[in-house]
Amino acid sequence: MLDNTLRKVLLLGSGALKIGEAGEFDYSGSQALKALREEGIETVLINPNIATVQTSEGIADKIYFLPVTPAFVERVIEKEKPQGIFLSFGGQTALNCGVELYRSGVLARHGVQVLGTPVQSIIDTEDRDLFVRRLDEISVKTIRSHAASSVEEALAAAAEVGYPVILRAAYALGGLGSGFCDNEAELTAAAGKAFAFSPQVLVEKSLKGWKEIEYEVVRDRYDNCITVCNMENFDPLGIHTGESIVVAPSQTLTNDEFHFLRKKALDIVRHLGIVGECNVQYAFSPDGEDYRVIEVNARLSRSSALASKATGYPLAFVAAKLGLGYGLFELKNSVTQTTPAFFEPALDYVVCKIPRWDLAKFKGVSREIGSSMKSVGEVMAIGRTFEEAIQKGLRMIGQGANGFVCNKPYKVEDLDWALQHPTDTRIFAIAAAFESGYSVERVHALTHIDKWFLDKLFKLETTYRELEACPSLAAVGRGLFLRAKRQGFSDIQIGRVFHIAEEAVRQRRLTLGLRPCIKQIDTLAAEFPAKTNYLYLTYNGTKNDIVPPYGAQTVIVLGSGAYRIGSSVEFDWCGVNAVDTFRRKGWQAVMINYNPETVSTDYDSCDRLYFDELSLETALEICTVERPFGVVVSVGGQIPNNLALPLQHNGINILGTSAEDIDRAEDRNKFSSIVDRLGIDQPRWQELTTMDDIEHFVAEVGYPVLVRPSYVLSGAAMNVCYSDEDLKTFLEMAVEVSSEHPVVISSFIQRCKEFEFDAVADHGKVLVHAISEHIEYAGVHSGDATIQFPPQKLYCVTAARIRRVAAAIAAELHITGPFNIQFLAHQGQVKVIECNLRASRSFPFVSKILKLNFIELAVRCMLGEHPLPPDIDAFELPYVGIKASQFSFSRLGHADPVLGVDMASTGEVGCIGDNFDEALLKAMISVGHRIPKKAILISSGNAIQKADMLPACQMLHSKGYEIYATWGTWRYLQENGVPAHRIRFPNEAVEAYRVAGGEGAEGNGGAIPAALDLIRKHEVELVVNIPKNFTHGELTNGYRIRRAAIDFNVPLITNSRLATAYIRAFCNLDPAALPIKAWDEYR
Amino acid sequence: MKHPKATLLLQDGREFPGWSFGYHGPSEGEIVFSTAMVGYPESLTDPSYSGQILCVSYPLVGNYGIPTEEPDAEGLCTRFESERIHVRGLVISDYSETYSHWSASKSLGQWLEEQHIPGICGIDTRALVQLLRDEGAQLGAIVPEGCPTPTAFPDPNLENQVAIVSCQDVIHYGSGPKRVVLVDCGVKHQIIRCLVARGIEVVRVPWDYDFNTLEWDGLFVSNGPGNPALCEVTVQHLQQAMAGSKPIFGICMGNQLLSRAAGANTYKLKYGHRSHNQPVRQCGTDHCFVTSQNHGFAVDTATLGPDWEPLFINMNDGTNEGIRHKTKPFFSAQFHPEASSGPVDTEFLFDEFISKL
Repeated sequence: MLDNTLRKVLLLGSGALKIGEAGEFDYSGSQALKALREEGIETVLINPNIATVQTSEGIADKIYFLPVTPAFVERVIEKEKPQGIFLSFGGQTALNCGVELYRSGVLARHGVQVLGTPVQSIIDTEDRDLFVRRLDEISVKTIRSHAASSVEEALAAAAEVGYPVILRAAYALGGLGSGFCDNEAELTAAAGKAFAFSPQVLVEKSLKGWKEIEYEVVRDRYDNCITVCNMENFDPLGIHTGESIVVAPSQTLTNDEFHFLRKKALDIVRHLGIVGECNVQYAFSPDGEDYRVIEVNARLSRSSALASKATGYPLAFVAAKLGLGYGLFELKNSVTQTTPAFFEPALDYVVCKIPRWDLAKFKGVSREIGSSMKSVGEVMAIGRTFEEAIQKGLRMIGQGANGFVCNKPYKVEDLDWALQHPTDTRIFAIAAAFESGYSVERVHALTHIDKWFLDKLFKLETTYRELEACPSLAAVGRGLFLRAKRQGFSDIQIGRVFHIAEEAVRQRRLTLGLRPCIKQIDTLAAEFPAKTNYLYLTYNGTKNDIVPPYGAQTVIVLGSGAYRIGSSVEFDWCGVNAVDTFRRKGWQAVMINYNPETVSTDYDSCDRLYFDELSLETALEICTVERPFGVVVSVGGQIPNNLALPLQHNGINILGTSAEDIDRAEDRNKFSSIVDRLGIDQPRWQELTTMDDIEHFVAEVGYPVLVRPSYVLSGAAMNVCYSDEDLKTFLEMAVEVSSEHPVVISSFIQRCKEFEFDAVADHGKVLVHAISEHIEYAGVHSGDATIQFPPQKLYCVTAARIRRVAAAIAAELHITGPFNIQFLAHQGQVKVIECNLRASRSFPFVSKILKLNFIELAVRCMLGEHPLPPDIDAFELPYVGIKASQFSFSRLGHADPVLGVDMASTGEVGCIGDNFDEALLKAMISVGHRIPKKAILISSGNAIQKADMLPACQMLHSKGYEIYATWGTWRYLQENGVPAHRIRFPNEAVEAYRVAGGEGAEGNGGAIPAALDLIRKHEVELVVNIPKNFTHGELTNGYRIRRAAIDFNVPLITNSRLATAYIRAFCNLDPAALPIKAWDEYR
Repeated sequence: MKHPKATLLLQDGREFPGWSFGYHGPSEGEIVFSTAMVGYPESLTDPSYSGQILCVSYPLVGNYGIPTEEPDAEGLCTRFESERIHVRGLVISDYSETYSHWSASKSLGQWLEEQHIPGICGIDTRALVQLLRDEGAQLGAIVPEGCPTPTAFPDPNLENQVAIVSCQDVIHYGSGPKRVVLVDCGVKHQIIRCLVARGIEVVRVPWDYDFNTLEWDGLFVSNGPGNPALCEVTVQHLQQAMAGSKPIFGICMGNQLLSRAAGANTYKLKYGHRSHNQPVRQCGTDHCFVTSQNHGFAVDTATLGPDWEPLFINMNDGTNEGIRHKTKPFFSAQFHPEASSGPVDTEFLFDEFISKL
């Protein structure tokens, strides 16, 4: 029964998306808020992630775009006085924050009741020592693990359990600070890093090669307990479950094994006293029936989001209701609407989750994957064979694969090594091994992947060989064709075998009458009739489960696909809002998307959800069944945008801007000639195919230049080159230049401001727009830049020029719907650098700051409603929004944490303040900055950058901060009257100073401290390290300082403009006195 | 390996084309479906499937092969539920020819072939389940290519399946201070294992054996196939036992026979309960359990005698899941507390029974 004392409940969000904590918490939080709203309980949400769906109007009653930290949450509690708080829907961030509030007595003091799982149970699962003790009480085996509070203790523990060992940090996100160590040296290094994040580490015996199995468990306060789903990792133990391909349900467990582990999971959850949802992870020995519990997450997790999508069981929604006091028997199965929520879903399909990595974006980062997460997103593929699911999934991750086979050759020097050492591409090493004649046994011996999975993959190789043996596609019989389709071969993939186009394969397929059928996900394997709209396509079937209501007017909205660097939750917000708008207007809205971390793939957010590929083939098949009025390609980022032209060529109506016009903006040459014709300025650029041409062009435009290769061998894809030497090194080291792989070179303007122009147009007329301003100068990718809206330093004349240019482009391209243009502004002149005829990353940010939903307007334009331009002027807003980027460098060992022309951030926040300083401070704290109290390390690049930083340094000094500076910076500060402590660069030997008499050592008692020591010992609280330019240096001093800051968890800023703004803000304002205002209080 | 074609033929003439695996021969029976995702060796050897062709809705079957069966010291199967396969045929979507498990010694197909049971794969099992759900269980046949098409579809529910699968002689298992007579209507070995493991002497008697002639501390009525109305002999024996007050416990068919002995009617469900995820609630409490089930008939609770009350109820469709006597230690469950295959959450019922002995 509902606890009637609850009238107002606070829910903590997870903040910015980061590696290990991503979109799944937008989904969980949104569901929980929906459950609360259904009960008539007032909801308060704290989440600075402005791009999420949960922070949209109508989801929570009060939204605070504030950091999820104890200090801010306490102040919101003081203000809002809620009776209850939910800690389990905002990932580790919310959980850790909640535990701190509990421990410090804040919750008790304010009479706030923790809903759902009691905090003591959370602590029992989080503290490894306690956890083992609790499970020992019921004789459940855990991995033998020894807590250590120092490196020495860790070494002693390892000596006892024997190498190899795994090191885990307590209270850490997604396995942060975890790793395998084969010997003392490796352990010493790893433990040193782990202690920077956690006061305690755990040393455990490694169980490499065991199976990894997970159960999602739900329990109510009446002790009723169910497992909603189990999952099995494709990769054996040793790879973080977030890094592994995962299948649901388990495939290689017998009934006894399945239910043995299930029973243990129920015993554990009951013993710990969980109320709501939790997961239990096991290591399970492949050659017997031995097991260990790896961990229990007493909260909604990445796996629970996946399990919800895999089964159709709304875990977060149910967990929230259970937290309010309901029993499982009092809740309904939301799919059938007739049967109760107390049941365990039966699947009649198999799902396959595959992580999406973006490791190629980072220089220096290791491609090996292991016990710590590196992936930035994931996909889920549904099929009725494993082969079908995994081939779909491998295409969905969007890194050029056509499936398991028929890909570009996998280049590797040592195939055995590639099989033995898991990397982001190991699955393709397996394909290469089969192709070069390895047996399943041999691959199994090298990878320890269960032979069942390998046998299935081998069947794909077999089919490929049979196809290849046919002289032409026409010679492929219907039987073989059907088998290939049932094994998940796409038309493109089959086309590759015969070197023919997708279209030819499609025609042949249709001639043979081969079509997929539509199946429902209904939680009960068809045992009961279900009105579910949660659908997927499969060739392993003969009957469609649904017939769309053909009388209704239907539109299809294409979603964003896997989250990746550059395309994330912001496009989910756009997709969800587009669907909402269509539905409010009386249309049937159909969503296609395959990202399990999203709200758009929540089946009750649209009329029909196709959890399937965003490919031409799949979209056309769905269109055949749905007969939509049109398809929206402009709200899901680049993946749907790229489908515009091919869909239109196949007779599909594209809503909004026409596919031809989208192409005119996308095609660099076409767009360039358009802006030239319109008399709009752009940085000079050329597409070049030989070194001679490149040299010639660079001689014309002068350095620096931005180099964008079309084919990248290694490292980052884009680079700024400042000299002949830079250019030569980059092109030789990283890039292939040929007529097949041209290089685009453009002139790069330094110290130039960058503006985003986000807008909606109606038949070529701009209806509404938002100009936002980068704090950093151009050169920092717009996805990494800190953005202020409304702009704080924009000349009227520049603003007018920007508007004029945008209006001309909108008219020329007949834009209807959302679009974004990026501008450079320099001395009153503006240049266009990019134009996308689709919603951009900043749409939710500007929409929420302006309180004007750009997507809603865009949809109304697409529908031909010709809405009136809203009467709103951003320049009149009495408040400021700041969007700041979240980086996940701590996850990406060895990567250089420097910002450049290629995007590196994994998420963002957007905070509001009455003034710029306030908004910036809130945003910076939200992305993990801690305001320094006494000491700051500054190492500030070239002369101009040093000058840029001087006012901030003066301010720091006047506020009593100690400044530690490397030699050049120290000297510059001295010369300008700012006292500072001199510190040594990593490569400066102690000896050299003694000999030189130790210039600058006076203030340090004669010894010059090393920068790295200060960082390691946390004697500085902020590191400002400005790289001299945007070239990627090798293992330089700067790199080592930056990397140390990341590895030892000291906040780092690498841009002088941002550093200056931030320093000014925290010198001007007291962080403890920042106003606590909800979104609706900014008016 | 290439599989020959086969057809799943329904009595009304509808056909599902697929491929033959296992035994290459025809077979007919009542087609029923199960939504269990694991446990095919256990299900196929469950005597309650006697007379039936089983359609498994979960598409991937055969993944972990078939283990070697080694009977224990008591002569009970350790990995199967009886000595042989009881289904008449198996209908699946994606058959795993290759299997992977440490305990496996042969493939599912090899095992079916050894036991002369045909299998058909490549079927849209979801479509078939929907058909059975909407129209009720059907008679049908698996007809591999080249085999004669059956002309008649005898209804196995008209035959006494219990008589076919019950033991022929009295068998003793285990030892202990208490003796339980187990009326074998097609008992799963796991039930006997559950009793023996709790230190009980079990006397397994044929379904029509007059157990009232024996000495016992408790009576157990097992699961079994088909229509409970065909076991009137057992019901009469039960009524005689119920005159006394020694503990009686029944499972599945046992629940139906005990109910009939208590005066209640049984009826055929449209498509039965066959899965591992059936939710039941203990009447009058907030205790709910996920249970394993396999039955096509059910007890009409409304017709129970005045001394009886429902013990469990199905939370999906409200059907009876168990009864108990208001004063005497008689109770039964429609679901399978012994699981195998399925969840083991209700195994405590054995303890409850034994505590009453």
